[in-house]
Amino acid sequence: MTPAGTLSRNERQFAFGLSIALAVLGFAMAAFAAKGVMAVHGAMALAAGLFLIFRIGGQLYDSAAGPDRHDRYFDGPTRFGVVMTLVWAIIAMGVGVWVAALLYWPEGTPAVPWTSFGRLRPVHTTGIIFGFGGNALIATSFYVLQRTARTRLADAVSPWFVLIGFNLFCLWAVSGYLMGSTQSKEYAEAEWYADILLVIVWVVYFVVYLRTLARRHEPHIYVANWYYLAFILVVAMLHIVNNLAIPVRWNGADSFTIWAGVQDAMIQWWYGHNAVAFFLTAGFLGMLYYFLPVRSGRPIWSYRLSILSFWGIVFFYVWVGSHHLHYTALPYWVQTLGMTFSVMLLVPSWASAGNAIATLNGAWHKVRDDATLRFMFVAAVFYGLSTFEGSFLAIRPVNSLSHYTDWTVGHVHSGTLGWVAMIIFGALYTMVPQLSGRETMAWPRAIEWHFWLAVGGTLVYVVSMWNAGIIQGLMWRAYDENGALSYSFVQSVEAMAPYYLIRTIGGGMFLTGAIICAANCYATFRSAPLMAEPRDVPLRPTPAE
Amino acid sequence: MLRLHYNLEKVSMGLVVAIIVAASIGGIVEIAPLFTIDETVEIPEDMRPHTPLELAGREIYIREGCYACHSQMVRSLADELDRYGPYSLAAESAYDHPMLWGSKRTGPDLARLGEKYSDDWHTAHLIDPRSVVPASIMPAYPWLMRPLDTEILSDQLAVLATLGVPYGPEMIEAAVADALGQSQPDTDGGDAVRERYGEGVPVRAFDGDPSRLTEMDAVVAYLQALGTLTNAPYATTVELTQ
Repeated sequence: MTPAGTLSRNERQFAFGLSIALAVLGFAMAAFAAKGVMAVHGAMALAAGLFLIFRIGGQLYDSAAGPDRHDRYFDGPTRFGVVMTLVWAIIAMGVGVWVAALLYWPEGTPAVPWTSFGRLRPVHTTGIIFGFGGNALIATSFYVLQRTARTRLADAVSPWFVLIGFNLFCLWAVSGYLMGSTQSKEYAEAEWYADILLVIVWVVYFVVYLRTLARRHEPHIYVANWYYLAFILVVAMLHIVNNLAIPVRWNGADSFTIWAGVQDAMIQWWYGHNAVAFFLTAGFLGMLYYFLPVRSGRPIWSYRLSILSFWGIVFFYVWVGSHHLHYTALPYWVQTLGMTFSVMLLVPSWASAGNAIATLNGAWHKVRDDATLRFMFVAAVFYGLSTFEGSFLAIRPVNSLSHYTDWTVGHVHSGTLGWVAMIIFGALYTMVPQLSGRETMAWPRAIEWHFWLAVGGTLVYVVSMWNAGIIQGLMWRAYDENGALSYSFVQSVEAMAPYYLIRTIGGGMFLTGAIICAANCYATFRSAPLMAEPRDVPLRPTPAE
Repeated sequence: MLRLHYNLEKVSMGLVVAIIVAASIGGIVEIAPLFTIDETVEIPEDMRPHTPLELAGREIYIREGCYACHSQMVRSLADELDRYGPYSLAAESAYDHPMLWGSKRTGPDLARLGEKYSDDWHTAHLIDPRSVVPASIMPAYPWLMRPLDTEILSDQLAVLATLGVPYGPEMIEAAVADALGQSQPDTDGGDAVRERYGEGVPVRAFDGDPSRLTEMDAVVAYLQALGTLTNAPYATTVELTQ
């Protein structure tokens, strides 16, 4: 994976220029800001730029990469993306378990600001959504795009730009929270210059995606790519609108969002719920539509159903954000629209889940024997269950009980642990041997361990949070016979203690599984290839077909 | 229809345009009408913006991630009215960039917190929550006793003014002095704050010591202002009970 091995001399020179630009940008930010969060972030960019300058500069004039590289898929960025996926998984899940423990053991926080619950919590959410989920999406999208389009990525430098820029964004975001810099918008906490970086990265990502599609050797664009495209396009739209802000000073991180009050609430949850829809659902459905058929050796059960569910999801999801604002100061008709579309959304969601499960018909013996395929099966089941629960919780009277409680937390984790993480692990266990030129992972038995830890951890987590949330909701609204509230708020807090403890254990189990996965991937990447020629989808259609 | 889609799948830009159109409709229908909200949400006459000290406290509230566990939105449900007070009105957060309605109540809602507890209680609670509420699971914030950095306040007010928050030039000019003044009762500075922001603005040594201006002063001033910027929600309830 050396620059000389995969990049031509021209490409290396271009990448070298970009590295200098990054170092200069970092230096300018640090010098201009002089102090505070932005100066630290400038120093980080400077360090990254200098590292790349030395890495690429050392091989700038080495001999050109072999011309045969054009006969192979370009998987270097995907390998890097896989490594970053696992790094962020361990960091962000580790922080998640730690903050879960703090709710049971509040004295566990040392009296230093950066270890405080409120600063660590967005590290967990950003680290999981963007670090773990985002890297997995970008890495698999490059992998899937090349194989379904039967063409090499259109350019060699821009995929690296996308992945390195994206990880710099993640690093700026989470390190900013630790230093107390946040916009406070949930799942969009990163400050203004990090948001601008993400826009630039995203435009490059879109361009390289479309250019590669344009070079495809298949007449049709495969369904997985529709989902990845929807993910790229709509996330850009959401990110830009929700993050419009005016910096207080150009040399500081502090800014004010241009939205206020009820408009801000609506835009925030339009963003917030569609981050779930287009980041945590659409992209991962793309992953499912490629890796599930590949692993099970069965074609997608119904082509028509995949069309129906795709457009259903793209159209319906955008309406539902207002179900986060039932009984609030948001106009009633907007709440009602959100609720209505949330219920209708069940149709395309279950069409997707059903299509995935029906695809396994004729391959159930593989589901029994192959833990990797079982990860994908469980992901489809949890996707179906979570979307049902989501529609249910969006109904106004149900929401009056569940909103603000840990039931929501349980719901989110049944989606993120049960669906998102499971499909990522299924994809990794399929993709990593392929990328290493092997038929299997280095330790096939460890996948089995990981599977049961992941399923067990998810169930322990979700069931404890259901209990916690329903008890909380019922305690808050309980009246005694004299018409007075039965419980003080702090009594409802005390009642949560056992569930918070059990939840921490469930999260710990899931984290343990992720660590096993990371070790297994490391061992697989490091081991020698078993196959002389990796078996892969041919780069171009062969005439014999 | 299937035929149409069969052809659409061959044109990447066609898919791109179709996705953008399909994904835009819902957002446009739900969000665009809210910008005519000036006509539907009336800002009460007695509504005031946050003082500079309260604004500094709000920024610290955001910095420490308080919104992750505390909502500021009383829903129109009987038990919430009994537990917290009158339900929240849209106008109350009209000057809030961003709004802090929240999404989770690991701790109680704070929309009606202002003046429910004493300044001493808040200070003790923030330094060590379990000293006043033994079963609390809130983190301790002892570092709030450090001096408040007011240097950026004028610029912050200026940006908010451009976004439509009614801060006049004089308020922007005097932001730093007003932050200090609000924490020093019986001084000219304190009177100046009242003159600019209204007679109802509390001028107190919020952290118990008027000789220094700490982050604690700012946070407590902000918490004591929650739900007190306008009397409108309380007036609505009175109307209903009569």
